[in-house]
Amino acid sequence: MRIGVFVCQCGTNIASTVDTGAVAQRALDYPDVVFATDYMYTCSEPGQQEIQKAIAEHRLQGVVVAACSPRMHEATFRRAVEKAGLNRYMFEMANIREHVSWIGQDKGANTLKAMELVRMAVEKLRRNEPLFASEVPINKRVLVIGGGVAGIQAALDCADAGLDVVLVEREQSIGGKMAKLDKTFPTIDCSSCILGPKMVDVAQKENITLHAYSEVEAVSGYIGNFTVKIRKKATYVDWDACTGCGLCMEKCPSKKTVDRFNENLGTTSAIQIPFPQAIPKKARIQKDACRYFATGKCKVCQKICPTNAIHYDMEDREVVEEVGAIIVATGYDLFDPAPYGEYGAGRYPDVITGIQFERILSASGPFGGHVKRPSDGKEPKDIVFVACVGSRDKSVDRPYCSGICCMYIAKQAILARDHLPGVQCYVFYMDIRSPGKNYDEFVRRAIEEYGVQYIRGRVGKIYPRGDRMVVQGADTLLGAQVEVEADLVVLATGVESSRGAKELAEKLRISYDQYGFYMESHPKLRPVETNTAGVYLAGACQGPKDIPASVAQGSAAASKVLALFARDTIATDPQVAGVLESVCIGCGKCLSVCPFGAIQWKTLRDGSRKAEVLETVCQGCGLCNATCPPKAIQLKHFTDDQILAELDALCA
Amino acid sequence: MKNGQNLLRIQESRDAGFVERVERESGQRVSQCYQCGNCSASCAYTHVYDFPANQIMRLIQLGQRDMVLRCRSIWLCAQCQACTTRCPCNIDVARVMETLRVMAVEAGQVSEKDIRLFYDEFLKSVAAFGRVFETGLLAAYNLKTGKPLTDADLAPQVLRKGKLALMPQRIRGRKEVAAIVRRFVDAQPQR
Repeated sequence: MRIGVFVCQCGTNIASTVDTGAVAQRALDYPDVVFATDYMYTCSEPGQQEIQKAIAEHRLQGVVVAACSPRMHEATFRRAVEKAGLNRYMFEMANIREHVSWIGQDKGANTLKAMELVRMAVEKLRRNEPLFASEVPINKRVLVIGGGVAGIQAALDCADAGLDVVLVEREQSIGGKMAKLDKTFPTIDCSSCILGPKMVDVAQKENITLHAYSEVEAVSGYIGNFTVKIRKKATYVDWDACTGCGLCMEKCPSKKTVDRFNENLGTTSAIQIPFPQAIPKKARIQKDACRYFATGKCKVCQKICPTNAIHYDMEDREVVEEVGAIIVATGYDLFDPAPYGEYGAGRYPDVITGIQFERILSASGPFGGHVKRPSDGKEPKDIVFVACVGSRDKSVDRPYCSGICCMYIAKQAILARDHLPGVQCYVFYMDIRSPGKNYDEFVRRAIEEYGVQYIRGRVGKIYPRGDRMVVQGADTLLGAQVEVEADLVVLATGVESSRGAKELAEKLRISYDQYGFYMESHPKLRPVETNTAGVYLAGACQGPKDIPASVAQGSAAASKVLALFARDTIATDPQVAGVLESVCIGCGKCLSVCPFGAIQWKTLRDGSRKAEVLETVCQGCGLCNATCPPKAIQLKHFTDDQILAELDALCA
Repeated sequence: MKNGQNLLRIQESRDAGFVERVERESGQRVSQCYQCGNCSASCAYTHVYDFPANQIMRLIQLGQRDMVLRCRSIWLCAQCQACTTRCPCNIDVARVMETLRVMAVEAGQVSEKDIRLFYDEFLKSVAAFGRVFETGLLAAYNLKTGKPLTDADLAPQVLRKGKLALMPQRIRGRKEVAAIVRRFVDAQPQR
């Protein structure tokens, strides 16, 4: 083999602590190396041309580039050698930047280490073989998990482009958290007025299949060809027959059911449509609240239903959908303020959370949009908002900023003044974080035009005095402890990852951070991709986000899917496992360790049983290779031979 | 600022090693404080402090050693630990106050001499009797502060309720308690 070695200076990134000239010079002593040089920026256009020129002039059959991490530029150089006529796998990269120049100051030692890494790369390259990708067809259907505003946006964008969309929503209706909001910052436009039409669009698009009150059970397959099992939970109402007339809700005798949509502030019936704009607008029986399920008697809804839609014997049902890409838009949950015993949420009815106040403000809420306090229905004269409840607080394991609370408090204070012009609002805050477009102006408006009193300090405790609540806090700007008597206290509870987020991540084989938020592929440059090909992220499942950012990500994820689906086939990675049948003893250990189910049995003509790799399913992890007792199964491009040759080079 | 210094030349008055020393001796990461103010919001004695607790934390961060060690707040702290309980950064603020008192004594910068005297007499009483002998402590404290009639008006009531013993209570393990105090005193550098 004729090998060329190119040592990159990376400006001064490598050259300042590695003698790149000496590394190139030394490389000429290694077997099969016929050409070696160093260059200022090998990844640049002229740098790549330099490689291509050398391939032609010196009839090179393989190339080693000693530069940065292969994560950075392996793809770049593979394309470059391919253009010059080599197979893209006849290329190796030695990482002498992240692994050498950036981490050590001793130039002599660094140079020696760089030489050894180049030598390892050369020895591996000598054993490389050309590999060829195969093409598999892409199933141009997309699954969107989560029907909040991010998922709705992604689904509509994909549907507008003509794709078949499957939308799975865990709750009875799509709409997510946004459907519970009264108005939105910083424009004070009505939440259901702007979200409602989008929800209706989802219902009306013929190419969107909506599975509401359903959950993803299992995901298998790979980019372009996923198989998804979806569990449609029993609603005890035949949704094909139900017209959403609401007669059953009127007649249901179990009227004391806690209203979850209204954040437990009111009651509803055991058979329910969560809110008037629900999509799909279909009824569901909440089993634990239903009189028939508890006593075996009642059946009022069944008798009254004009379309005979009620079926008490309904069971969960499983459907299977085949898709080529998945957009995860599972949103967030709100922090439960119970750990803050000193704030008394749950103990005092007039200490509520931000989302509860949102329902109080809403015209479709428990009080019909009249601002009243839950304990006695009186109109509050003083309202205190407490920021950062479950945000920026290590002691409750929520050290991050939730990003939306500063803005929703300002909005709620403004709306409270709009509803009750006489009300005085106070906000206890640590910092005001309002970096969006027109956001800070909005907060200033709350302070300047609406007279909201902003107090810079945290709240120590909240306790009752007469029929009011005393909020004891600090004003750190005054350097004083302050006390505010309030009729209603609103805790601005922060954002946390959605319930069940980790379990879903494991089904999708995507990673999540310590708080359960999904990991993007790159925090700046690949914000909606995951490290699992074909799975994309949108909205607050990736981290706290407001509506504009969630919508933007919904569209971004849709555009990624459209880019993927612009082709009819997808190239599979040839770096997969392969079985040498003459060596395979049919022990089956590879089958049991494969995390992807990519290995199956194959019976030869003589009746012997051998392992067989499904190349499109194999992810190239190498577990089988490490496990195989006779070393019959080898991961291509990372064979035992190649890795041992690298080690020999290092130890020689 | 409350001591009338509205201009603080923070470089001139800065003790560069102060933060590190307070952190080492208290075992608390004072540098993590982001000034939410919850310590002051929860403090039971902030109305008599010259600097509220959050400002003490800030002064430590800025290395303003003399201002911290000479302040009254560190002596008026009642160690109720409300600040410690509610700090979102898990800083034991009361422990820091304790550390500052020890440092103030070492530096001879005690602002509240009487309170320091009370601490000393309390410990002496514990060393002598194994637990505190309140009547003796009160007498010694009142005499040494030169205000012998402090709280004397309460005496009839507490005596009637049997809250004050005329003789110290003998407890088991007095010698061991005394040894603990002695071991601590011997381990300290000369003050």
